[in-house]
Amino acid sequence: MSIQAIQIQKTFGSYRALDDVSLEVPDGKLVSLLGPSGSGKTTLLRILAGLEFPDSVETSRVLFHGKDVTATPAGKRGVGFVFQHYALFKHMTVASNIAFGLQSLPRRERPSRDQIKARVAELLGLVQLDGLAKRYPSELSGGQRQRVALARALAMRPKVLLLDEPFGALDAKVRKDLRRWLRTFQEEIKVTTVFVTHDQEEALELADEVVIMNNAKIEQVGGPQTVYDRPVSPFVIEFLGNVNRFVAGVGSSRSPDRPRDVLYVRPHDVELEPEESETHDYALKAKVQHIFSAGNYGRVTLERLGTHEPFEAEVARERLRELDLRPGKVVSVVFRHVRLFPKGQFLEADIKDGKLEAVAG
Amino acid sequence: MEAKKTMHAPKLHRFRASSVPRTRFATTEHPAVRWLLTGITVTFLTVFLLFPLFTVFHEAFSRGMEMYLASFDDRFIRHSIKLTLMTAAIAVPLNLIFGIAAAWAVTKFDFRGKSLLVTVIDLPFSVSPVIAGFVFILIFGAHGYLGPWVEKAGIQIVFAFPGIVLATTFGTVPFIARELIPLMEAQGRDEEYAAMTLGASGWRTFFKVTLPNVKWGLFYGVILCNARAMGEFGGVEVVSGSISGRTNTMTLQIQQLYFDYATVPAFAVASVLAFLALVTLILKNALEWWSHR
Repeated sequence: MSIQAIQIQKTFGSYRALDDVSLEVPDGKLVSLLGPSGSGKTTLLRILAGLEFPDSVETSRVLFHGKDVTATPAGKRGVGFVFQHYALFKHMTVASNIAFGLQSLPRRERPSRDQIKARVAELLGLVQLDGLAKRYPSELSGGQRQRVALARALAMRPKVLLLDEPFGALDAKVRKDLRRWLRTFQEEIKVTTVFVTHDQEEALELADEVVIMNNAKIEQVGGPQTVYDRPVSPFVIEFLGNVNRFVAGVGSSRSPDRPRDVLYVRPHDVELEPEESETHDYALKAKVQHIFSAGNYGRVTLERLGTHEPFEAEVARERLRELDLRPGKVVSVVFRHVRLFPKGQFLEADIKDGKLEAVAG
Repeated sequence: MEAKKTMHAPKLHRFRASSVPRTRFATTEHPAVRWLLTGITVTFLTVFLLFPLFTVFHEAFSRGMEMYLASFDDRFIRHSIKLTLMTAAIAVPLNLIFGIAAAWAVTKFDFRGKSLLVTVIDLPFSVSPVIAGFVFILIFGAHGYLGPWVEKAGIQIVFAFPGIVLATTFGTVPFIARELIPLMEAQGRDEEYAAMTLGASGWRTFFKVTLPNVKWGLFYGVILCNARAMGEFGGVEVVSGSISGRTNTMTLQIQQLYFDYATVPAFAVASVLAFLALVTLILKNALEWWSHR
């Protein structure tokens, strides 16, 4: 089932949680809402679920498969919701937790006791928790609780699955396993899924589409590759992955009262050349501070000459050996790829011949 | 190797020096302080609690078992016990409903004036029961605001059973709500939200999710509320008019008997109240033990 959120406004007292947010989630896709805390992502998820409502159900609307559900309460929307801390019913066994939704159905629609039992067993198998039916939530590990919460949410065969920081409370190893498991799981059952996270790696690895939120607004929507490679704003580039910032008066020949621009360069787009090399492509010179190499790449921290701006470069191990880098050594720095916001002011020539160096400071 | 040893040795030594003479744990107070505090507590409990409790039973049985039992043959005494039990049987359920409703409202919803509501719930704790009694006379008495209206309806509130129930209920309002609010606050709302997304109705959510989570706290609140309801004195005295055989509850009857120099019956009734209090305490402890298992 596709989801549409149209012009969602939500305030808590004087605090604006969502400011005119519109979003479309295609049927069967796995979409992540990514952003720092306070960006409004959880509020948006709860509005999709029907646990919160927009300020006005007239101007803000939520559509499920084209049908207006803005004012429909959570229980009638056919959504499965997994809470950040799972919110399992503490005093009920795993089986009773999973069966709760089915047993809440009005008598006419409620399956028989045996049918419910069979469905619970089926779900336990689905989330690989066979044999734990009689346990209480307090007797389970974090990862197991998470999967019980998932099974409980799936018991009613929801058309939409919503997860709030699903892996937030788990340790790193379990988190990674469960992430992979959820990915294949979602592909199997093909339920439209939206999950909230503040972990960019999680969002990029798991989602078909990433919705990046900041300050009650959506900054960018796109596939993981797109948002990483073609960020539309300084916020997105800074939020996703590592990035170096350089202040520079790009195009120094232009009027001097123009505000300074900020250049963004990913560490893997930074190339180092020996200072004495003949290259004219270098943007600036810098002094090596520290070298850390693990795996195929070495991480070099450098300090820009003159301005002392620190930055990072990711250099292949082989190249690292060739360069024979040591702390204190000065190198020429070439930028393979530079981003500038807003677009269109960037000139290739501006980062050559050490020009960035010349206009800095 | 040699150099290393000498480098480490003084450090180790210093550690020893500070830890060896101290055999007590750092957090433990000096034994004298411990004994002093324990002594004060025990003395206080003995003088103010155990001794009076002992006296109650001692006086009640001072003329033997027969005299003790004979006290309860008295029509007025029997009536006072019945009245107290009836009052508690109404006041406690009323406060149970109110306490749950108030705790639910305060912890599961956000609204204006919430903290004011919580403060108002505590009012009976800060207002003297005697004043509460007077307030009810001012409202429902013959010259009260609603007095004429009540009289026309043919209901007697002041100097009658309804007044006693009112005064008792007033005095015991905070017990259950006070017990539930912090508990439900700590539980949060997520389980209720989860039940909601699973399509459960409000009633089902309450009975299957909320109530089981707070049942021990609720029991505890009911027990305390009941103990207080049966022991209520000041407010009831003002409102009831202390008519023996008609509006005397146990506490009022005890006072009257004592003033009439009927020492044994007075203490006999008191022993029943004290016994109920002991049962309450034992129940409370049993509940704590069960709930923490």
